[in-house]
Amino acid sequence: MKELLVFIKKEFKHVFRDPRTLLIMFGLPVAQIVLFGFALTSEVKNIDILIADNSKDMISTQITDKIKASRYFIIQEKNIGGTDIDRAFKRGGVQSVLIFPANFSNDLSHEGKAQVQIIADGTDPNTAKTIVNYLTAIIGAYQQEKFPTASLRYQILTEPRMLYNEEDNGSMNFIPGVMALILMLVCTALTSVSIVKEKELGTMEILLVSPFKPVMVLVSKAVPYFILSLINFTLILLLSVFLLHIDIKGSILLLYMESALFILTCLSLGLMISNATNAQQTALLISMMGMMLPTIIFTGFIFPLENMPWVLRTISNIVPSKWYFLIIKSVMLKGLGLQYVWKETLILMVMTAVLLTIAIKKFKIRLQ
Amino acid sequence: MPATVSVQNLIKTYDKGKVLAVDKVSFDVKAGELFGLIGADGAGKSSIFRILTTVLLADSGTATLAGYDVVKDYREIRNRVGYMPGKFSLYQDLTIQENLEFFATVFGTTIEANMDLIRDIYDQIKPFSNRRAGKLSGGMKQKLALCCALIHKPEVLLLDEPTTGVDVVSRKEFWEMLKKLKAQGITIIVSTPYMDEAKRCERIALIQNGRIMSVDTPGNIIRAYPEKLYAAKSDNIYRLLKDFRSHPETDRSFAFGEYIHISLKNDPTVNRQLPTANCQLPTVNLQPSTVNRQLEFLNRIAAENNHTGIQIKEIEPGIEDSFILLMSRNDATTNLQKTTEK
Repeated sequence: MKELLVFIKKEFKHVFRDPRTLLIMFGLPVAQIVLFGFALTSEVKNIDILIADNSKDMISTQITDKIKASRYFIIQEKNIGGTDIDRAFKRGGVQSVLIFPANFSNDLSHEGKAQVQIIADGTDPNTAKTIVNYLTAIIGAYQQEKFPTASLRYQILTEPRMLYNEEDNGSMNFIPGVMALILMLVCTALTSVSIVKEKELGTMEILLVSPFKPVMVLVSKAVPYFILSLINFTLILLLSVFLLHIDIKGSILLLYMESALFILTCLSLGLMISNATNAQQTALLISMMGMMLPTIIFTGFIFPLENMPWVLRTISNIVPSKWYFLIIKSVMLKGLGLQYVWKETLILMVMTAVLLTIAIKKFKIRLQ
Repeated sequence: MPATVSVQNLIKTYDKGKVLAVDKVSFDVKAGELFGLIGADGAGKSSIFRILTTVLLADSGTATLAGYDVVKDYREIRNRVGYMPGKFSLYQDLTIQENLEFFATVFGTTIEANMDLIRDIYDQIKPFSNRRAGKLSGGMKQKLALCCALIHKPEVLLLDEPTTGVDVVSRKEFWEMLKKLKAQGITIIVSTPYMDEAKRCERIALIQNGRIMSVDTPGNIIRAYPEKLYAAKSDNIYRLLKDFRSHPETDRSFAFGEYIHISLKNDPTVNRQLPTANCQLPTVNLQPSTVNRQLEFLNRIAAENNHTGIQIKEIEPGIEDSFILLMSRNDATTNLQKTTEK
């Protein structure tokens, strides 16, 4: 037992004395969270809009104020028309233009109807649609508020709700995905490299010759990375709560239990890789490159699995991160309990058991 | 005294039998002996060590260490053997102290419990005990590695090329340490590619291409050198070597430092019917007159080829001379076997 403790202590020293390991361990999650949370968001924000108010009456000013109040727009006000609009788009300083015609509020009060024109840059259809939707919604809301009983007597109001993500926070889908990706890469890569390193150094030969049980070498390698990965997981949770304002709906305990299980899966995979290779380079290549792509593609947080042909969907079933992603999404974002994710949990458990058995069985008590 | 290490007909191949690394090797090491495996790189020394330390399985043959079989009782052996692998380099990012403590614990002991055994070596590296192993000099690293191998008071110490890549002074110190360890009753098997280190062992096995050519004390191996040996040099040493080699009366001649070592065929005192590897070579007692005649003969060859600054003298053969002689015979038998196989 004392041997095991000393061995584990030694592993921690290796980690804390190697800047590269530390960087992969703790730099990678921070970088990924920041990247996915801020840079790679699918939300449309900071839209450059030009408002050409040819009417300058009370209503047009109020609508302009409403648009200003929303956090999506950066507003320029200028009276332009015709060819100037075209030029403004071509120069690229503007993503959309809102035009109030002259006599806007007069038309509204006398004729009961008035028009505003929204022009958006159609070269990026998704963004253009989003901008048009935003503006239509803002004007619609203003209309509802100003003339509640006006317009038609019968009308059907659509009332959309983004369930589990009322604020339309784009980072929400990414966080579970990033968690799965980071744990998968960090656990697998670092564990496999740490064992292969012993082989490269020749210290494995000594450890094998020692009375220390060979399987205990695996245990002493796995324990430190298990603990470090849990710390890592905590770090990601903290970052997503405090930096990306994600609301954790489910039980934290369940979240930790499921993550611990997934970390075990990754560790077993790492141990398995280390048994099969003899050079750090190979181990790193297999665990980083070989795992990165399947994890990104088959986890489902970037490319929806539902859209894939059945062959790829079948393959995705053997990628552990897919199941972890489903679990975390359900628990963290929807607040569901174990009774809703027991199937995924069971699949992960079976995977872990199989991988771990192979890793232990294949561990060589001799060289070669 | 019973043999502590006994190796019988060991065969080890790699790459599914394509590469023969250890070829029917047999030898015994007595308790408390300092035994050397002498051979060039790739001779099969490390494979033998790994089989003895149970980390490699032989294709066939048996080996016992302290009475235990290396395959069946590998756990017992792992408790009794101290091993320093050839490429052993410790944990570079741990300090000397941490390395020692780690290995002591892994072997189920403490540094203090075995201080008497490692004190001499430990005292030398103690001033640097807080330095990381990666920052140590080669000699220092070897001392630390030796400490780690000794930490659990092994009955048998196996050192695979411990002095390779180490400076001359540290090498000398290292052998002094081995002598002291031997005095404490530890059986030591050490391998080295350096011939000059062979005479520091009590008995040596000369090994080449996985085959043991001779096992004896260094003194006996040297005495068994069948012919008189001469050292020659001239102003153009390379041409001199070529001239000697092309002469039909030359048996062997090879460059050796600044000299050429030569022996002649026309040696009436030697019985030439014994080129097998393991048999005892006869002791030679040449008449002084023969030596003079041969010296004169060699001088004449050199002079006929217009060499200047000629110096030729009779010398005592060393281990390396014996090794080269045995090696050429070993090659001859190998070639003979190959042709018969064909």
